[in-house]
Amino acid sequence: MIHTVNKSPFERNSLDSCIRLSVKGAPILLIEDGVLAATRGTSVSDKVAAAMDDHPMFVLGPDLKARGLAEDDVADGITIVDYSGFVDLVVEHGTVQSWL
Amino acid sequence: MSDTEIEFDTAGITRKFMYVNRKAPYGTIYALEVLEAVLISAAFEQHACIVFIDDGVYQIKKGQDTAAVNMKNFSKTYGIIAMEKEDADEDEDMDMVWRIIVEKESMEARGLSRDDFVIDVEVIPSDELAIIMAEQEIVISG
Repeated sequence: MIHTVNKSPFERNSLDSCIRLSVKGAPILLIEDGVLAATRGTSVSDKVAAAMDDHPMFVLGPDLKARGLAEDDVADGITIVDYSGFVDLVVEHGTVQSWL
Repeated sequence: MSDTEIEFDTAGITRKFMYVNRKAPYGTIYALEVLEAVLISAAFEQHACIVFIDDGVYQIKKGQDTAAVNMKNFSKTYGIIAMEKEDADEDEDMDMVWRIIVEKESMEARGLSRDDFVIDVEVIPSDELAIIMAEQEIVISG
């Protein structure tokens, strides 16, 4: 199973619930407004870093770009993927749970 | 020309479906849309885990009265879902397992208890629910 989060962590609890309800090792992909969680130096950076002890963390590049965020703005350890990378992740991990 | 009858033969194909309810009712369409998907699942005799997380727990809160907001009180429909679950539990010929689950942490964070819900539920902590979620084949989220 792969988890996607598409809401800003500054506005909604979607990322919190995702972290609470995903098993160790399950990948998390940040998309749409969810990409805001991937940026460095924010009030949620520590939480995201802690989640990365248990989960491989990915962020969708086109959604970062659309919001004026560069690769340099992304916290260490988070992998940036494009749309085909998104597809590869889903193919590899099967079921998708979307935290809306 | 003879009548054409369309049959959906799902015999032998039973998958594990999970329905994740995370939104309060009435403010958005999410809750109602997931409920409709659950009812379709019942028609096709699939396994179903219906879970209530975060504000989704308010979907099955007792005492909803929507008359003054001109919307259908769909918490009553969960009574039908509970009946479907009973049928699934009792019918030995039917290979269908239904569970209705409330996440303990979400319920407690909102000052609610098991007695506040319109149907019988399993109250399960997040670490156990995470394992159940990871076992699903198809997850429909709202």
